[in-house]
Amino acid sequence: MTAFTMPSLGADMDEGVLQEWLVSPGDRVRKGDVMAVVETDKAAIEVECFEPGTVGRLLVSPGTRVPVGTPLAVIEGEAAHGVRAHAPGTDAAAGADALPPVPAGSQRRPREASTRAETGRRPAPRREPQKAVREPKAVREPAVTKAKAPDEPAVSGAPALGAGPLVRHLAVLRGVDLTTLHGTGPGGRITRGDVEHARPPLAPRVRATPYARRLAQELGIDLAVVRGTGEGGAVRAADVHAARTARTGGNEPERPQRPGRDGEQHPRGAVPAEDRPEERTEAMRRAIADLMSRSKREIPHYYLSTVVDLTAAEDWMRRINRGRPPAERLVPAALLLKAAATAAREVPRLNGYWQNGGYVPGSGVNLGVAVSLRQGGLLAPVIQRADTLTPDALMARLKDLVQRARRGRLRGSETAGATLTVTSLGDQGVETVFGVIHPPQVALVGFGAVVERPWATGGMLGIRPVVTATLAADHRATDGAVGARYLTAVDRLLQKPEEL
Amino acid sequence: MTATHTRAAGPTASSGRTTTYREAMREALREALRTDQRVFLMGEDVGRYGGCFGVSLGLLEEFGPERVRDAPLSESAFVGAGIGAALAGMRPIVEIMTVNFSLLALDQILNNAATLLHMSGGQLPVPIVIRMTTGAGRQLAAQHSHSLEGWYAHIPGLRVLAPATLTDARHMLAPALADPDPVLIFEHGSLYNVSGVLPADAGPVDIGHAAVRRTGTDVSLITYGGCLPKALAAADDLASGGISAEVVDLRSLRPLDDATIGDSVARTHRAVVVDEGWRTGSLAAEISARLTEQHFYDLDAPVERVCSAEVPVPYARRLEQAALPQPDGIVAAARRSVGDLVAAGADAVERRPITGGPG
Repeated sequence: MTAFTMPSLGADMDEGVLQEWLVSPGDRVRKGDVMAVVETDKAAIEVECFEPGTVGRLLVSPGTRVPVGTPLAVIEGEAAHGVRAHAPGTDAAAGADALPPVPAGSQRRPREASTRAETGRRPAPRREPQKAVREPKAVREPAVTKAKAPDEPAVSGAPALGAGPLVRHLAVLRGVDLTTLHGTGPGGRITRGDVEHARPPLAPRVRATPYARRLAQELGIDLAVVRGTGEGGAVRAADVHAARTARTGGNEPERPQRPGRDGEQHPRGAVPAEDRPEERTEAMRRAIADLMSRSKREIPHYYLSTVVDLTAAEDWMRRINRGRPPAERLVPAALLLKAAATAAREVPRLNGYWQNGGYVPGSGVNLGVAVSLRQGGLLAPVIQRADTLTPDALMARLKDLVQRARRGRLRGSETAGATLTVTSLGDQGVETVFGVIHPPQVALVGFGAVVERPWATGGMLGIRPVVTATLAADHRATDGAVGARYLTAVDRLLQKPEEL
Repeated sequence: MTATHTRAAGPTASSGRTTTYREAMREALREALRTDQRVFLMGEDVGRYGGCFGVSLGLLEEFGPERVRDAPLSESAFVGAGIGAALAGMRPIVEIMTVNFSLLALDQILNNAATLLHMSGGQLPVPIVIRMTTGAGRQLAAQHSHSLEGWYAHIPGLRVLAPATLTDARHMLAPALADPDPVLIFEHGSLYNVSGVLPADAGPVDIGHAAVRRTGTDVSLITYGGCLPKALAAADDLASGGISAEVVDLRSLRPLDDATIGDSVARTHRAVVVDEGWRTGSLAAEISARLTEQHFYDLDAPVERVCSAEVPVPYARRLEQAALPQPDGIVAAARRSVGDLVAAGADAVERRPITGGPG
């Protein structure tokens, strides 16, 4: 058992205020976990613990100013030393007597902290993510000391494993569900950075004038596909009108387009009443036309295709589905999406954007899923961080998104920010789909129908369910080898569905 | 909203006679002096000299020294006397040579004229009309050339008018005198010599509302007073380039007619405010702010402002002209606002390889 003491966070510091506890009694802590926030005269600093163990009693309550070296909490270490867990008195002073004032190890780390503090770069932002956040190391736990440790905070589920107290605390503060996160720390642990970056990435904001924005909304035109001619590429009302008249102009004789004019001069300008379904569909057609033309004009596509044996996947799915009511059963699409997303994590060069002449990796795998609408047209709602979802969660998200997409009920955040799009025409019965990339993304994954085919494996011929997976990729961003690696990964992943 | 669409001086009036802004003003004074015995004119040089800009020439002879009174060089004193006379039931018209000098009477205008009604619980209206020239352009150097009407437009309790046309010059005085509150009339010095046809049917001016002097669809040029002719010239220029500019003449600087300004911008979606005042803290700033507050979602471009350079107005002719808003600057601002060059350019760039005809 050791004491967690008020560190000296600078040569001139002789006392500090314990500002906040980030752990509570019973929490398991590892070396390097942040235990508390201490306020010095210069800054609020997170103080780490240097010994693995379980947090015992907290001896000092937040807001208390204590001298350096004062024990702040008791850390119960290995069982052998744990006998005197509550022995050393009930107040801080008694604790100070009973325990070595400053554990040997504490000199080093706090000095680091104090360097940070003394640079004075950041006066007080104690929630500021600091580069030097120590990930909870994947330390092998010493024999568990307390079988009956108090319950962990209510975060459960496998993915949350390895989330330290600080991380859990942060997750609660930020309202992030740890189970939805994919840990990037050692051993897949969820780090503080993961929590901090858990917010869905914002779609790049379209630069548009207020009036253009309003008009686009009234006319049902997606600003993201309107070419802005204003200052700095800003979309102006004229551009919105141009996008719209270009659409309606399909049947009309070529119209000398003077995008500078708009408003009242157009007999039908700015009349929201025209927002009829057909109008909307036409608008969408036009938007798709613009986007796809741009894609084919700008993006040198290359295409790869491979046929994936789905025997293992189907077997596994059948086993899983056996005990489930129909509504909860998995369909192949969920596995295919999951495989596509996971492979994208493995081959990140295909998961991002081509912007300003360079590749910009996406943050996380945000899968766009092409959904065809009954009245025609396409939407590609986004499943954020699809690679971190279980097939079941993915399936639920997919169902929900498809339904809402078809009802026109998508939220703004769900329509933008995809880093890779998947199109699946399996339900339409075709075997292979070679897609057109959705700019500025750099790849599009296609899946055809799952069909039974004669299949040779291990020198034997059998009948197997197979699916053709294709990749359309931007040759500026990657070459065929990268694409091949991706499709191979999809294939490999689908052979071990239980690991998806 | 019933904006009176008063036409700028032009041949469109069915009948009328040619006159000047100065004569129109004089006629308005004459009419006021004739029709109401309580009206008298007071100020430096208004009598024997005929007014420093010749506006009151001949009135002394016609109405006598009781009604056309020369005052010593003592702005605070004679403006204060005018306020006293107004409180006592008279209808004084006080002339201050230029807005620069009016600052000497600012204490009277702000602390007495503008506040007495309020401070007396509504018992002491101050029906005074104070006329003064404003603006530059005639090489009178800094101390005679500034445009400070925006400062007066800042003050609650005042009505601030800026007649820019012959009709307004002729017919704004009567409603100003009828107003129970102090009214300041700013006459831009460069307008006095403007001549044109004063429509015979021009009646009393609606001093509560701005006027659309020219209709257009692409951009609103919002201006007043001495900048109106410049804005109209700019609109002509813009029209030859295919841009249809609407010109709004504020006429009343306080209160501002939000409705007319807003209606115009809601139609054109772009605004250029032309104000001879300095940009910082100007009337143009106020209008720009109001447009953002009230019509943000109608704006298709940032509000542009064309104001005077932030220097004391220079004496040297070229420097003076360079410091003031000019039609070229207004045209440029309007084009920026419409994005005309950019739009045309972008279009041309795309088509160039096909047509092979670089502009």
